[in-house]
Amino acid sequence: MKKKELTFIIGIVVFALILWAGMYFVRRGHYGTVRITVNGEEYGTYSLAKDQVIRINDTNVCEIKDGEIHMTEANCPDHLCMKQKAVDSTGGTIVCLPNKVVIEGEKGDSSAEEDTPEFDTVV
Amino acid sequence: MNQKKLSYLGLFAAVAIIFGYVESLIPFFAGIPGMKLGLANLAVLFILEKYTWKEAALVSIVRIIVIGFMFGNLFSILYSLAGAALSLAVMTFMKNKSGFSILGISVAGGVSHNIGQLIIAGLITMTSGLIYYAPALLISGVITGLLIGTLTNEVLKRIHF
Repeated sequence: MKKKELTFIIGIVVFALILWAGMYFVRRGHYGTVRITVNGEEYGTYSLAKDQVIRINDTNVCEIKDGEIHMTEANCPDHLCMKQKAVDSTGGTIVCLPNKVVIEGEKGDSSAEEDTPEFDTVV
Repeated sequence: MNQKKLSYLGLFAAVAIIFGYVESLIPFFAGIPGMKLGLANLAVLFILEKYTWKEAALVSIVRIIVIGFMFGNLFSILYSLAGAALSLAVMTFMKNKSGFSILGISVAGGVSHNIGQLIIAGLITMTSGLIYYAPALLISGVITGLLIGTLTNEVLKRIHF
């Protein structure tokens, strides 16, 4: 391998690492809700604290369970969205490209609110 | 186009199609959409080295359309074309201008293929959050590019015509 090729490759890797580090800091936080968009338009926002099954039109089905959401059904040929990592309180994205469905974690404290009792003690 | 060249291009289009199928059997998927080995690029790289970008583009287009009709849909065809077009454009530029070896050209091709698909995916879903996949796709482009480049080098050493 020539020297300039090595520089080129190391350049890409360094750029990717810087990008990754930058995103890590931007993304840090508690993700309490997920937003589902279809074709760029909002479909709905759901709390990760509440277990439920969400039908997205007739194309996809996703399930919120134990504070994380994953795609359980999709009518696309590749089913890649069903293999993607679940979105939980650390955030994340699930994409079903053929159906243009995107599930994105959103920063928020909805789950924390529900977890916190209204009274610390009952006398 | 002479008959010998025509037969070779047909042969390599067939090889690229089979690679596309073999690749679908390899579970190279780490939770990142769009991450794949890019075996078919071996045939495209080989053609690019032996002939010009025009022949490589022809083989690429035939491969994508056949694979699309066999295993995918119109959507996956357009999606693949975007990645392949950017990748081939970058590889051609690298081959003519940079003086890179097959290895460097292959890495540039792998990385630009992933970037092309990410851009199209972002445009289709209108989601900026996809940019979070960029670092992983860049790194995987480098790794698969090195792998495919090494393989192509070995094939070039052994096949002469």
